[in-house]
Amino acid sequence: MSTLTQPPETGASDFDALLARRRFRWPRIWRQPLMIIGSVVIALWLLVAIFAPLLEPQNPLAQGSARLTAPSAAHWFGTDTLGRDVLSRIIAGSRVSLPLAIVLVILSMVLGSILGALAGYLGRVVDEVIMRITDLVFAFPTIILAMVVAAALGPGLQNAVLALLLVSWPQYARVMRSMVIGARNNEYVVAGRLLGAGVATSLIRDVLPNVIAPILVLATLDFGNAILLFSGLSFLGLGTVPPTPEWGSMVSDGVKQFSSWWIATFSGMAIFSIVVAFNFLGDSLRDVLDPRSQRTVGGRSI
Amino acid sequence: MTDGLVLDRASVTYRQSLGHSLTAVDGVSLQIGSGEVVGLVGESGCGKSTLARAVCGLERLSAGSVSFDGAPVGRLGLRKREQSLLRIQMIFQNPYASLNPRRRIGQQIEDARKINPGDAPRVAELLAQVEIEPSAVNRFPHEFSGGQRQRIAIARAVASGPDLLIGDEPIASLDASLQARVATLLRDVAVRAGASLLFISHDLAIVRLIATRVLVMRSGRIIEEGPTERIWNDPQQPYTKRLLKAIPVADGLGRLPEIDELVD
Amino acid sequence: MSQRSAPEPAGGTFSPDGVLVSGLTLSIGGTMILDGVDLEVPPGQVTGLAGESGSGKTMTGMAICGLQPHNSAVGGSIRFAGRELVGMAEREINRLRGAEIAMIFQDPSAGLHPMISIQGQLTDHLRYHRGVSRSQARERAIELLEQVRVPDPAGALKRYPHQFSGGQLQRISIAAALACGPKVLIADEPTTALDVTVQAGVLRLLRDLCDDLGLAIILVTHDLGVMSAVADTVAVMRNGKVVENGRRYDVIRNPQHPYTKALIEALPDHQGPSDHKEARS
Repeated sequence: MSTLTQPPETGASDFDALLARRRFRWPRIWRQPLMIIGSVVIALWLLVAIFAPLLEPQNPLAQGSARLTAPSAAHWFGTDTLGRDVLSRIIAGSRVSLPLAIVLVILSMVLGSILGALAGYLGRVVDEVIMRITDLVFAFPTIILAMVVAAALGPGLQNAVLALLLVSWPQYARVMRSMVIGARNNEYVVAGRLLGAGVATSLIRDVLPNVIAPILVLATLDFGNAILLFSGLSFLGLGTVPPTPEWGSMVSDGVKQFSSWWIATFSGMAIFSIVVAFNFLGDSLRDVLDPRSQRTVGGRSI
Repeated sequence: MTDGLVLDRASVTYRQSLGHSLTAVDGVSLQIGSGEVVGLVGESGCGKSTLARAVCGLERLSAGSVSFDGAPVGRLGLRKREQSLLRIQMIFQNPYASLNPRRRIGQQIEDARKINPGDAPRVAELLAQVEIEPSAVNRFPHEFSGGQRQRIAIARAVASGPDLLIGDEPIASLDASLQARVATLLRDVAVRAGASLLFISHDLAIVRLIATRVLVMRSGRIIEEGPTERIWNDPQQPYTKRLLKAIPVADGLGRLPEIDELVD
Repeated sequence: MSQRSAPEPAGGTFSPDGVLVSGLTLSIGGTMILDGVDLEVPPGQVTGLAGESGSGKTMTGMAICGLQPHNSAVGGSIRFAGRELVGMAEREINRLRGAEIAMIFQDPSAGLHPMISIQGQLTDHLRYHRGVSRSQARERAIELLEQVRVPDPAGALKRYPHQFSGGQLQRISIAAALACGPKVLIADEPTTALDVTVQAGVLRLLRDLCDDLGLAIILVTHDLGVMSAVADTVAVMRNGKVVENGRRYDVIRNPQHPYTKALIEALPDHQGPSDHKEARS
């Protein structure tokens, strides 16, 4: 070997490494204005949720004040039909909506990813069964199906989460399945199998780490969706039970009192801001992590 | 019991739409004894990659049999690969896809060392064999060039202590200036590890450098077989002659390779 | 840098149908990809650009075509037909590209739309750049397919890319590139994805087109065997620079730069077949 000349490879490797490194360098994310706006809004809401008891000007459940007063110095966002301070209720509502959305998204991501990965990797019967179930769920409009399930289970937070989980896992399963099908015939996956890896090892070690990025992006985009769905259920009276402050049910109350615009407007704006913030975050993450995933993730409908 | 790899009239048929079927490998019989370095040449679509996959149990045989050291090679389904078949390892064509991009190369070589029946050489030794700095163990595949990645893939295959290595066009995606070097390196590493090597390529000029025996494949069949120098200097089949004539030679004379215009 | 006398003198006397690249630089985000490339591409000749991956040879071809990445900064000069291409408005480059300067790629199927028939692919160029009628365009398309020696041109027009083999597809993409009668053809690794026997045919075709039509062909390839077969002059690139440039025979038979020497030494023809005893030990 020693007699062979060695054409330098450094040029190529430097170039490759440079390109690859640039793609994964984190600071580039922060050069996107949408990313910054989204993250700041989300961070603010998280802070509000954590410090809610300190921030609420009044007890969100106290009915002491005058009913349906317009925004004023005493009640910045006005009061509702029962004389409760709207600002306090919105702040308190963040403790309900945000954790619920996070739990819901994580649960449906985990459930959907596992089922989708199994369907994609094992194929055949497993694939058919899982995918026909997702088709079944997709065949109904999301909110209607969630409504039916929630109505069957009865109102309450736990049931609302269950109902939403049932309707939101299939999108993860679909994306995961297609990603796994694309990845499972990669040479490194085959090489792993040839080196004696079983199905579980192959899936966990070789396949999943390479397909997880689009799923995370989808999850970020789905946060906003989860909050909307949850608010929707609450709006219909199937989510939280009345005295609990929740944004969706507040909008619902506000709509009934149309002349008191402030109730629905401010709670609606709370929903709007967090949904848009998560969408900004998800979109920017998607662009930065993997431009190719745009098609896989972007093509779904709400 | 026969030593080494034995294919007995092995065929692989793909079912295609509308009842058509495509026989990619058509009744191939061959033997590779232990320690032998055999080249398999042919053009794209001749079935050479399918043959390689069949030897590894990645394709279902439609007829015939493949056995290794007397044990039949079955199709690798969802079960783990049989212990005895772990002795057959493959090196793939695409250096950018043959290593897991999310794992350090040290870990990937370590996985292969675990299945070595004997004392596996240390990772650093393996890397040194393929002329990669031992300090590279903690790096990720994207930090290496195509040629380096292919050598890491070779190190990984050798770490498992194979008795038969299959190189499925391992040099086809590399720069011309690296091809001969990586091919000879693969041969040397395989021979040192005591493994036989089935080297698949479309390039007879490279195969000639490393193989002692050459098989020429066309349309799923082995049409010519013999010692490398005999095939190179005195090909019998018209197809082999044409393959040889078409190889461009870097002699600076501006000679266009000869072709048979009817065949394309 | 061992620059030898190039086949034609540079500067004012250079043929207007060729391309003259001088001091071409290209950087992406502060990284120099091309670092002062000088190249003459006279008509009726095949100018070879050799080098390993990452040497900048493909990027040079792309820059001449005006296809550099969006976030790149291009400097220096590319002169073609009395005009300066560096800094030219996007619209004007679009008009030149396809009509005057055409390009073919390694993967022939990448340059052809999978859902459009061969007739559509060949005539769309013509009708866009030349504004000819449908029937004229069709006649020209048949003529082109004959020129690149695709069997049964009339039948081929009705078919779709997936119905052809790789070699035929490369011929068809050459025909598409030639549709508007360009003066410059940039061929980026045109035969790397093809089998050797098919490669031989495509190389012969390129050589004939160059001789018959007086095309200026830039052949980008890492394969010095291919280079030796068709190129008239060879420029060897490394790290964004041309390290050696000269006539084919001189560069391949008597390389001056150590890098070129190493490239040629690494070819299989320069290494004897294996010593079997060593292999067995």
